[in-house]
Amino acid sequence: MSQGRPRFSRAAMRAGAIATLPIQAGLLPFGLVVGVQTQAHGLSLLEAGLMSFFVYAGSAQLLALEHWGAVAPLVGATIAAFVVNLRLALMGPLLAPWLDRVQGWRLWGGLFLMADQNWALALREQKAGRWDAGYLFGSGASMWMSWVVATLVGHQAGAALRLPPGHPLFFTALAVFVAVLVPMWRGRREVLPWVVAAVVSVAVYWLAPGTSWYIVAGALTGAAAGVARDRYAA
Amino acid sequence: MRLDPWVMATIAAMAAVTYLNRAGGYWLFRTFNPPQIVRDVLAYVPGGLFVSYVMPKLVAGGPQEWAGAAVTAAVMAWSGNLALAILGGAGAAWVVWAGFTLS
Repeated sequence: MSQGRPRFSRAAMRAGAIATLPIQAGLLPFGLVVGVQTQAHGLSLLEAGLMSFFVYAGSAQLLALEHWGAVAPLVGATIAAFVVNLRLALMGPLLAPWLDRVQGWRLWGGLFLMADQNWALALREQKAGRWDAGYLFGSGASMWMSWVVATLVGHQAGAALRLPPGHPLFFTALAVFVAVLVPMWRGRREVLPWVVAAVVSVAVYWLAPGTSWYIVAGALTGAAAGVARDRYAA
Repeated sequence: MRLDPWVMATIAAMAAVTYLNRAGGYWLFRTFNPPQIVRDVLAYVPGGLFVSYVMPKLVAGGPQEWAGAAVTAAVMAWSGNLALAILGGAGAAWVVWAGFTLS
């Protein structure tokens, strides 16, 4: 039904970029915190900018910076980045209906720009029947740029911008995930996988703090429970 | 502007393993064409993934996060508008925070 439509359009890139504006506002405090941390741990402005530019993964950057010493923690930060970002490996295949139809920078660049938030928006677009990988690229590119800028501003402003740990601005990052969860509710069939995911993620979060195993474990056990029920109990 | 080689090596290694995850999951699926049961599991992943993001933070959080999450979900269910939901939730979290800070 959608074979004839454009697979990577400027219009979809623009739509994606606009759709992430509220998310960028929500991520701003997070980016500033990362910037402040780079400055506090002695990275130069250029190094801070390059880190956000090339790594582009907030929780991994924050975790690495927390353990940053006089010498950069090459091995520890690399392992942490791999483990924290393992969830991204689960996310990519779900965008295959879009990504299988593009090549080159549109494909591999789009994957580089895939983050939790624009991935969720892209899934919503996909479900709505819109077949355009430009959406992933545009939404990712605008989030990525504002991420780098927020890091640089945080580095320059340093401690002057430091918010107290319990400040409600930090809640905006969590609010994004609560909001994207709402349209994923497809009725009673979600009860079992969601409850399993909730219980397992809370347990693993407590057992293995500072990693993203809780996200990977919760998502996979919840999903496996849903499939087992569909296959054997229904 | 200072560029420490050890810092640059660390950034490069972090960037490499992060991209390995971003592109590698998709590449593996495309290359090895996994069986239907794996695809069925993957279809359930988004809901489970975001539940797993949110629940530990809510359990570890307090009234501020709970009120914020409840209002975010309610506004999203009512309006379907992401910006409005984030704004409403953050507003609710702020009200609770201000209430506790002032009292």
